[in-house]
Amino acid sequence: MKISQKEVLHVAQLARLDIAEGDVDRLADQIGTILDYVDTLNQVDTTGVPATSHAITLTNAFREDQAQDHLDPQDSLANAPEKEDGAFVVPKIL
Amino acid sequence: MKLHELTIDQASRLLKNKEIGSVELTRAVLDRIEAVDGKIGAFLTVDADGAMAQAEAADHRLAKGDTVPLTGIPLGIKDLICTQGLRTTCGSKILENFIPPYDATVISRLKKAGAVIVGKLNMDEFAMGSTTEHSGFQTTRNPWNLDRIPGGSSGGSAAAVAADMCLGALGSDTGGSIRQPASHCGVVGIKPTYGRVSRFGLVAFASSLDQIGPLGKTVADCAIILDAIAGHDPKDSTSVPEPVPTFAAIADDGLADVVVGIPKAYSAAQGLDPQVGAAVDRAVKTIESLGARCIDVPLPHTDHAVAAYYVIAPSEASSNLARYDGVKYGFRDKSQADLLQMYRSTRSQGFGPEVQRRIILGTYALSAGYYDAYYGKASQIRTLIKNDFQSAFASCDAIVSPVAPTPAYPIGKTLDDPLTMYLSDIYTLSANLAGIPGISVPCGFSDDGLPIGLQIMGRHFNEPMLFKIARQFEKASNVKEKRPSL
Repeated sequence: MKISQKEVLHVAQLARLDIAEGDVDRLADQIGTILDYVDTLNQVDTTGVPATSHAITLTNAFREDQAQDHLDPQDSLANAPEKEDGAFVVPKIL
Repeated sequence: MKLHELTIDQASRLLKNKEIGSVELTRAVLDRIEAVDGKIGAFLTVDADGAMAQAEAADHRLAKGDTVPLTGIPLGIKDLICTQGLRTTCGSKILENFIPPYDATVISRLKKAGAVIVGKLNMDEFAMGSTTEHSGFQTTRNPWNLDRIPGGSSGGSAAAVAADMCLGALGSDTGGSIRQPASHCGVVGIKPTYGRVSRFGLVAFASSLDQIGPLGKTVADCAIILDAIAGHDPKDSTSVPEPVPTFAAIADDGLADVVVGIPKAYSAAQGLDPQVGAAVDRAVKTIESLGARCIDVPLPHTDHAVAAYYVIAPSEASSNLARYDGVKYGFRDKSQADLLQMYRSTRSQGFGPEVQRRIILGTYALSAGYYDAYYGKASQIRTLIKNDFQSAFASCDAIVSPVAPTPAYPIGKTLDDPLTMYLSDIYTLSANLAGIPGISVPCGFSDDGLPIGLQIMGRHFNEPMLFKIARQFEKASNVKEKRPSL
């Protein structure tokens, strides 16, 4: 198999996803099939070819650092699952 | 003709001449949604009250003569474009109750033009899919045959336009998500040049590929919508400060000076349905009969486009979707007392299977030890694909091809076979990798009555050429005469 169950679980951990035990096999299989297909890229000699991360060449878009209107803090917090005193609340970290 | 059947161009004239009002038109569209959307399932949210209020405001503007072509026109919006105060789900359970606190730039521009937003349209979750079956909420059906997919990911947008539930719509296109559903539903859809339209307020999938664009009943209608939304936006640093022509002023000077490229690699691609091939061949003959000269163009790296895309797009997605962590907005599994477990549980419950598959794939391709072999390699192939188009456009003005290899297939067919679904994007996703514009215009029907689209791609920022060829072709063919019977 192109990608082992152990690797799927490792990547899922990196991506902060829980994969149900019964799904690991199927997922490894599907990802493996896609990766086998992706390996056809190795048929192409890309020695010396630069990479493209954006199709349209743009240099940095600079602007003056000026104060502008912004969202009211209450609006920014409006969709928060849990909030208190103008802040997001999360479960304990330590 | 019934009001909901009007094109934007027709309705706009009637509104301007005060032969109809926007309230009347919007009411007709809302009634149409009420009557047929139970069968289609295109809308996730219908904002009837909001739409009627906007229609009244539009009628005040129309009375004063303060109008542009979209004033008072009812439109639908793909549900990944933020609308202030109106739920925006991105087709995902993780955003089921998300009410954006601001408008996307395209929405501010539509509102400024006086357009009426009737509701939000279904899509594959986070735009990941080619069928709209991967929505977290409902399956949208093709108005031409209710057992078939409408295409995707902007399947709700295409189906709503085809079924006359809005006069036009916005979609987004990362690998064909405007053009392919437009083709399957028999409407027109254009993916503009990357950077032509602001992505501010568009929920991100793959930021270097995503682009917002219109779907409409005619080429002219798409041009009218694009006029309203195009142009540089300081809030999107990848939007391009290029001059924006008036797209609706479509050149009507024939195609005598136009050279059209036919990619040999596309007709050789596996899985091209003979009926689609034949419809496109007939369309090419029509375009030739209008005066254009057709030449072969090679595009030699076409075979590798799908593989490169399905590394790049999931890689960008895995990074973009890291923001759904149950903290700032969206769903949270509140039963978890530990932060890390809250993240994992929230994301696993909130994201559907196709989204999780792509996050895993993208995370793997970007992970230590694999980055060069996958993301690095795919980004080099992207350069070769971009160069292929550059060489082709040295000798032609536009490239004509199929949009999708087959007409709309039965619902359920690729649900558990992602690679087959990915391969159906072969003709469309190269345009996203290269950043060039592409339009889908109806060019015929299969034997069993399913629409087939023709794709026309052009140079960066040369949307006017696409509109010109598509408009001439649309006039010369009589494909638009048919409507789905619902």
